[in-house]
Amino acid sequence: MTAVLDKKPPEHGEPGRGSSERITALLRARELSIVLLIALVVLVTTINNPHFLDSNSIQQLLSGAALIALLGVGETLVIVTRNVDLSVGSVLGLSAYIVGDLFKYNHIPVWSGFVIGTLVGVVIGAVNGFIVTVMRVPSLVVTLGMLYVIRGIDGVIVSGDRIDPSFIPSTFTAVGYKNLFGVPWLAIIVAVVVIAVGFAMRSFRASRDLYAIGSNPDAAALAGVPIERRVFTAFVISGTLAGFAGALFLALHTTIDNSGGAGYELKVVAAVVVGGVAIFGGSGTVFGAALGAVLLNTINQALVASRIDAFWNDAIAGALLLAAIAFDRWLSLRVTRSLQSAERAHREL
Amino acid sequence: MTELAARLVLDGATKSFGAVAALGDGSITLYPGEAHALLGENGAGKSTLVKILGGVHHADSGSLTIDGEPMEFGGPADAQAAGVSIIYQEPSLFPDLSVAENIFIGRQPVGRGRRIDRGTMERESRAIFTRLGVQLDVSRLARGLSVADQQIVEIAKALSFNARVLVMDEPTAALTTVEVLRLFEVIKTLRAQGAAVLFISHRLEEVFVCCQRVTIMRDGRFVRTAPVEELTIDDIIRSMVGRDLDALFPKTETPAGEVVLEVERLTSDGTFHDISFTVRAGEIVALAGLVGAGRSEVARAIFGIDRRTSGSVRLGGRELRNGDARAAMAAGMALVPEDRRQQGLVMDLGIDQNVALGSLSQLSHLGLIFRASERKLANGWATTLQLKFGQLRNAVSTLSGGNQQKVVLAKWLARGPKLLIIDEPTRGIDVGTKAEVHRILDGLVADGMAVLMISSELPEVLGMADRVLVLREGRLTAELSRAEADEHSIMRAATGQNLVVSA
Repeated sequence: MTAVLDKKPPEHGEPGRGSSERITALLRARELSIVLLIALVVLVTTINNPHFLDSNSIQQLLSGAALIALLGVGETLVIVTRNVDLSVGSVLGLSAYIVGDLFKYNHIPVWSGFVIGTLVGVVIGAVNGFIVTVMRVPSLVVTLGMLYVIRGIDGVIVSGDRIDPSFIPSTFTAVGYKNLFGVPWLAIIVAVVVIAVGFAMRSFRASRDLYAIGSNPDAAALAGVPIERRVFTAFVISGTLAGFAGALFLALHTTIDNSGGAGYELKVVAAVVVGGVAIFGGSGTVFGAALGAVLLNTINQALVASRIDAFWNDAIAGALLLAAIAFDRWLSLRVTRSLQSAERAHREL
Repeated sequence: MTELAARLVLDGATKSFGAVAALGDGSITLYPGEAHALLGENGAGKSTLVKILGGVHHADSGSLTIDGEPMEFGGPADAQAAGVSIIYQEPSLFPDLSVAENIFIGRQPVGRGRRIDRGTMERESRAIFTRLGVQLDVSRLARGLSVADQQIVEIAKALSFNARVLVMDEPTAALTTVEVLRLFEVIKTLRAQGAAVLFISHRLEEVFVCCQRVTIMRDGRFVRTAPVEELTIDDIIRSMVGRDLDALFPKTETPAGEVVLEVERLTSDGTFHDISFTVRAGEIVALAGLVGAGRSEVARAIFGIDRRTSGSVRLGGRELRNGDARAAMAAGMALVPEDRRQQGLVMDLGIDQNVALGSLSQLSHLGLIFRASERKLANGWATTLQLKFGQLRNAVSTLSGGNQQKVVLAKWLARGPKLLIIDEPTRGIDVGTKAEVHRILDGLVADGMAVLMISSELPEVLGMADRVLVLREGRLTAELSRAEADEHSIMRAATGQNLVVSA
């Protein structure tokens, strides 16, 4: 305390200021450091295997990352409110199968494939949101339950059937394999969604409410934030994007059976958390989540290109996830410490 | 003032939570341009009344009118729309949002395409802080703000509403004297603009400085409203307590015995420094001080939950190991924490299981715990402490706050401790049970136990303690005997200055 006394008392509100700037810088650095990490992985892999930078494999990388990133956008909205949506992988699978089924047996027009796939997601997202907000069941349980319910339904309606590429209209699959200046359409579509939602998350009252809810739910209630409506909307958007992603999944892979999208939910949560979205809500951006998806997919492809066993892929993804969470924890501990010292300095006034 | 039309009238509001009646008759009338104090002991129903005004709670009965219009608030947003702005006791900010956004959440100024106009938002925030005479970076995150700064952001938020009615629930608790005076200036400005200000504070001096009228509540009921000039501090306290102070604080004189606890030069870097004192058998020693002075931290370090940087703690002459709470318990120390729901009880377990929780090793036979022995133990203590309950196997969560506190006490007393450290023994407990808790404590010291009591309620400190230790900013600033201790001597030592008192 004597050390503090020796210093000139800081101005009001000054104590925490420097640390807050450092923290903002750290958070910005999070997105930057992911970009650097991606660059590093690409560099190392290219030295090992020059074919890694072939346009083919880059396109493959971007398409794969695009689907996870698209799911990650919706997942970010949900996690920011201190909830989680584990049903996204199942929704993707169900949506893809229903669209494929309709192409096979009903020969629906191409455009309606996207619309119907998306609607499947809207419905499931609304059910999730309803159970979470109205019946007040924790989202972890609700969406885990939904994951299994959908897998069960898949089993019943698919019952061993599979949709082969021959049934899918080529104008539909074009979205999956065509490029614009070497960039897959799939990645362009997702990039548009990421930018639009990322921008909206900064700029509208309703989206700021999502951060407020995750940051301090009690305070949000006192401030008159319509918590239920906002959380419901977040789940609907997550479902919607997952449904849309289902249609894109079908366009990309041109085939689907009852295991499509299995395990995606965890990949998505990992990507989102690695991308700097706090698992306990309140902070993080859609851009970070998308970058997280790109990073995990780059590592995935890099291992293939380096002829390293595929099982390392999961281990590395997991290690990154742990590192990301440890980093967040470290960050919040630091903030707590700077809060305490700021408060002490303040009391010396 | 009577020729003016009332700004806000709350009449006969009641509110019950389950079987507990928190508010029996909440009535208050506020006029434009007045600062009105709402006084009452903890648990008198002030906070419930405030939450009804703020739309957080819906009154079971009673009526609310603002500027003559009857109001029904469905939620906080309705209250805000009606011009009622509330600063709650606990700062409720969003750590992940900027200061400016904290002020304007849900009402951010928007520009074209309904996009948030950050420039305007920050400009308006800065204008409010200028009005408050405070410099605060409005673009920084709220995370890491000191408690006082958080409180100032709360005040700024309330001001940003241009509210017709501004309610402040203990806004000054965390503020320095300079900040308090500035706040009084702001209140004056608001009054001049025709707002009605409802001010809740435990510092009666402040009430006399800044308020025109006073409403007093007791046990959830309206007692009286009077202009401040017609009241003395004694009148107010008598109306608040409504009974003999002696009955509430039944401390009997007991001769102090041998030294039980010796704390020497106890220091935890950055939290408290150089704390030395003793507690004798048959003695209640109170640790007083403002919120944040480090009282609970001292208790935690003595008990060994937190490690001390230096200094020593001796119980019954034996030195206790640093940071070893189990050793402290084994040596005969007990700690009843401030937050009993979080730290003292397992809410979903039965009364009997909670009581037995501290004595499991004594109760176990061949490593097994039988419910019957738990129940036997609990039964004895329930009788001794006059616990009011349905059945012993009922979950603790079904009990009232006062009875929950008794269960925590029973859990520790079952171990037969030499020293009981009790943090805020009667926080959030109704007045009747409060007296019982005090009687229990009195009985314990009469039987030779040593008690170290942390309390923010001055009447409790004055009524119960044989000696009062006052902490300020982590340092021991006074040790007062029962005779020396009064509101002024304690507050002087706690704040380090003479309070502003009107003539």
